[in-house]
Amino acid sequence: MSAIYTLWLRQVKRYFRTRARVIASLGQPLMFLLALGFGFGPIFQKAGQGNYIQFLAPGVISMGILFTAVFVSGIELIYDRQFGFLKELLVAPVPRILIMAGRTLGGATVALLQGLIVGAICLLAGFRVTSLAGVPIGLLFMALVAVLFTALGTVVASVLSDFQALQVIMNLLVMPIFFLSGALFPLSNLPKALEIATKLDPLAYGVDGLRWALIGMGHFSIAVDAAVLSTVDAVLLALGSYLFSRIQL
Amino acid sequence: MIRVRNLVKNYGDFAAIRDISFDVAQGEIFAFLGPNGAGKTTTIKILTTLLKPTSGEVELDGLNPAVQHNEVRRRFGIVFQEPSLDEDLSAYENMDLHGRLYGVPAKIRAERIEKLLNLFELWERRKDHTKVFSGGMRRRLEIARGLLHTPKILFLDEPTLGLDPQTRNQLWTHVMKLNQEEHLTVFLTTHHMEEVERVAERIGIIDHGKIVAQGSAAELKAQTGADTLEQAFLKLTGSTIREEEEANSGDKMRNMVRTRLRQRRNE
Repeated sequence: MSAIYTLWLRQVKRYFRTRARVIASLGQPLMFLLALGFGFGPIFQKAGQGNYIQFLAPGVISMGILFTAVFVSGIELIYDRQFGFLKELLVAPVPRILIMAGRTLGGATVALLQGLIVGAICLLAGFRVTSLAGVPIGLLFMALVAVLFTALGTVVASVLSDFQALQVIMNLLVMPIFFLSGALFPLSNLPKALEIATKLDPLAYGVDGLRWALIGMGHFSIAVDAAVLSTVDAVLLALGSYLFSRIQL
Repeated sequence: MIRVRNLVKNYGDFAAIRDISFDVAQGEIFAFLGPNGAGKTTTIKILTTLLKPTSGEVELDGLNPAVQHNEVRRRFGIVFQEPSLDEDLSAYENMDLHGRLYGVPAKIRAERIEKLLNLFELWERRKDHTKVFSGGMRRRLEIARGLLHTPKILFLDEPTLGLDPQTRNQLWTHVMKLNQEEHLTVFLTTHHMEEVERVAERIGIIDHGKIVAQGSAAELKAQTGADTLEQAFLKLTGSTIREEEEANSGDKMRNMVRTRLRQRRNE
């Protein structure tokens, strides 16, 4: 337990010590929120879909979590491997599964905090939560999304060992995950192929769950969202632990 | 303290370690020498639980590193060939993190960190991030860290690589002092023969995955009729320059094996 806490604390400290990183990873969601939010607002309204900022905020919060989670767990693992610190961890008398657990919790915490910062900015931009009772449920969905993508980052970084390859994979993986999640547009009345793709995207269930919780509307049902996310979380955590335990130096 | 019998490690059909046996007694300073790619780091990785042997017996303080991972890990400290500090943490935080991972109780942890950082002349700099440290300071911190959980054995894999003579001298003085005062067993590798003559009580020379000679510096010199340990080393291992075969990672090693196989096929 003490090992989990130690590694959790390390991730959190490292993240907030590099302020440039915190700001850089706020930039992207902010850009989407402000440019798209206000830019597409009038069209969205005219199409009878209501206030676009209301619709977009849960998507942008999820985006902040997605990018930070993958970044923290993926880049940090490769960084630790290349700069040698991973060896120090792997010779420590701590089962690898606890090392993985500490890192994942640390990464997920950082991602969740980043999501909260984006959420606060959304409130400043005019986003309003429709029911306060939904906030704890929203936090739960944010946590599920954070764990999911932290585990995904570990899975990818356990297999790859250099930054360039990770960058390529991340772009091929993270960008589609984001664009197909329904963060930016409603998932109803889509062409068949796109509809199938969005159904396969785990983030779609995260964005949807968060939307149900915060603004009381969504595409799937909140129970389906929670079930899908928990299942994918469990699968990726198991896969991540397995791959992490097989890392050889 | 260390007992190795008929140790073999193969990567595919490339034999990195071919049937080596040696012992290191408790409280001894043992130098493991060999040209690049001879199998030194692979041996250390097997002794320190990072790699599993293909066959053979390995014992560290009576325990098997391939099976009793965590018990073995508590018993040794290691300074790796490449740096292994967290550069975004301070010297103190690096020490503290290590102590927590090794389950050193808080009070003892704080005392030992202070003692070791003082010993290695880093206490004044404890709050600085290690990324601003010089190579010598980092090395000292890594050794201090390796000793925090009071290990019985200290592994030093080319600890003086890239350090100036002053720092090297100081580092070995510390190591010898610890060896004398706390009966710490030391297993080291280096390419500096004069360091070996100064600190090592016994030497094992490995080449192409086999141990070619064992004994004290004097014995090795007598055995080869050489005046210096460097000459003895060259007589035992030849003077041709080796390709850097000993990979730092299993991946590199496997890639290298693949390339070699391909080359062999093409020939």
